[in-house]
Amino acid sequence: MKLHEIKEILEAEIICDDTNLEIEIKMGCGADLMSDVLAFIKSESLLLTGLINPQVIRTAEMADIKAICFVRGKMPLSETIKLAKEKRIPLFSTKLPMYESCGRLYQKGLSGCSEYKDK
Amino acid sequence: MKKTTPLIKEKISIIQELTYDLKVGEVMKKEIITVSSDNLIYDLRNILREKRISGTPVVNKQGELIGIVSIEDFIKCLASGDINATVFSKMTKNVEILYEDELLVSAINKFDRFGYGRFPVIERGTKKLVGIITKGDIIHGLLQRLENELQEEEIKRFRASHIFEDIIADETTLKFQYKVVGGDFSQAGKVASGLKKNLTRLGIPPAIIRRVSIATYEAEMNIVIYTQGGEITAFVQAHQIEVRAKDTGPGIPDIKKAMQPGFSTAPEWVRELGFGAGMGLNNIQQCSDKMILRSKVGKGTQIKMLIFY
Repeated sequence: MKLHEIKEILEAEIICDDTNLEIEIKMGCGADLMSDVLAFIKSESLLLTGLINPQVIRTAEMADIKAICFVRGKMPLSETIKLAKEKRIPLFSTKLPMYESCGRLYQKGLSGCSEYKDK
Repeated sequence: MKKTTPLIKEKISIIQELTYDLKVGEVMKKEIITVSSDNLIYDLRNILREKRISGTPVVNKQGELIGIVSIEDFIKCLASGDINATVFSKMTKNVEILYEDELLVSAINKFDRFGYGRFPVIERGTKKLVGIITKGDIIHGLLQRLENELQEEEIKRFRASHIFEDIIADETTLKFQYKVVGGDFSQAGKVASGLKKNLTRLGIPPAIIRRVSIATYEAEMNIVIYTQGGEITAFVQAHQIEVRAKDTGPGIPDIKKAMQPGFSTAPEWVRELGFGAGMGLNNIQQCSDKMILRSKVGKGTQIKMLIFY
């Protein structure tokens, strides 16, 4: 699923302006615990989270996460945005809560990290 | 003329080197337009105009080169009214040729010596015509090779992946050492990030880098969250990476318990930041092929992670 489709489905707003919306996302993962993310997420995923500190970006960097969407209308801290720009990780923000964000994407066919199989 | 600067000198010698490196067969045009010896000079008109060429080799039925005919021959015939003569009667028969496996430097010499615009290229064994070469083809071939080499050089300069091949030793170890400041959450992750960048430059496979990065990041977070500070050291070898994380206390009273997924002694503020969920050590173990954890209460903790590839 392309990033621009995800943006549309989640009615999300782009936070970093030079975002490449053609990036292909293979899986989704929703979590607020970064250690859980590090343990279960696979590369080329989208991370949905309510956490807005720079450690989210660090986590994404280490786990090769392709993009991050903040849920419940949260806006990340300025250090978070700065680090994301440096690491070239696209950021989005959606008004939808976590459950609905995940549900919408799942319904449209974005699979979860545990069930994803490389075709 | 200005004095030749060292840079230009160097460039000239690179090109000269390339002329000894490249063969005629590598730069010649392989799509050749030929005419048969029974064609009329009149027929050349269309061939030369449509293909925008100024000469063409003449071949027999076996595909062997028997001559070459140029736009000059055509003009001469036009002037003398010989336009219906056969190509055979007007072509140059003693043709200077180049062999496919000849070095470019000898081709350049031949261009200089004879002043021709093109040479047919022959395969040495079969004597068949396999291509045609002009000065333009030589320049194009040299530029292309130069560009490729520059690109490779650039990639090499950015990546250090050749280091293990370049350095001669029975075993080469690159050591990266980092300090970790305890309690400074804003800096947490810098070590793992720096290490990841180095490993990428070294050309380590991405899946391995990911495991090392996650394990290092978790170890770094542990030092930041629970201790006064410490040190992370990575030893990178051609087929294994070892990361050691060392701190000066307070130590883990019950390692077995600490290794249980979900067990955590993290204070609330850490949990609010998304860490301290009791998964750190577990993650480190999952990412490592081998993990050794030593800890003494009041002294400190040491984690050794090994990843093979």
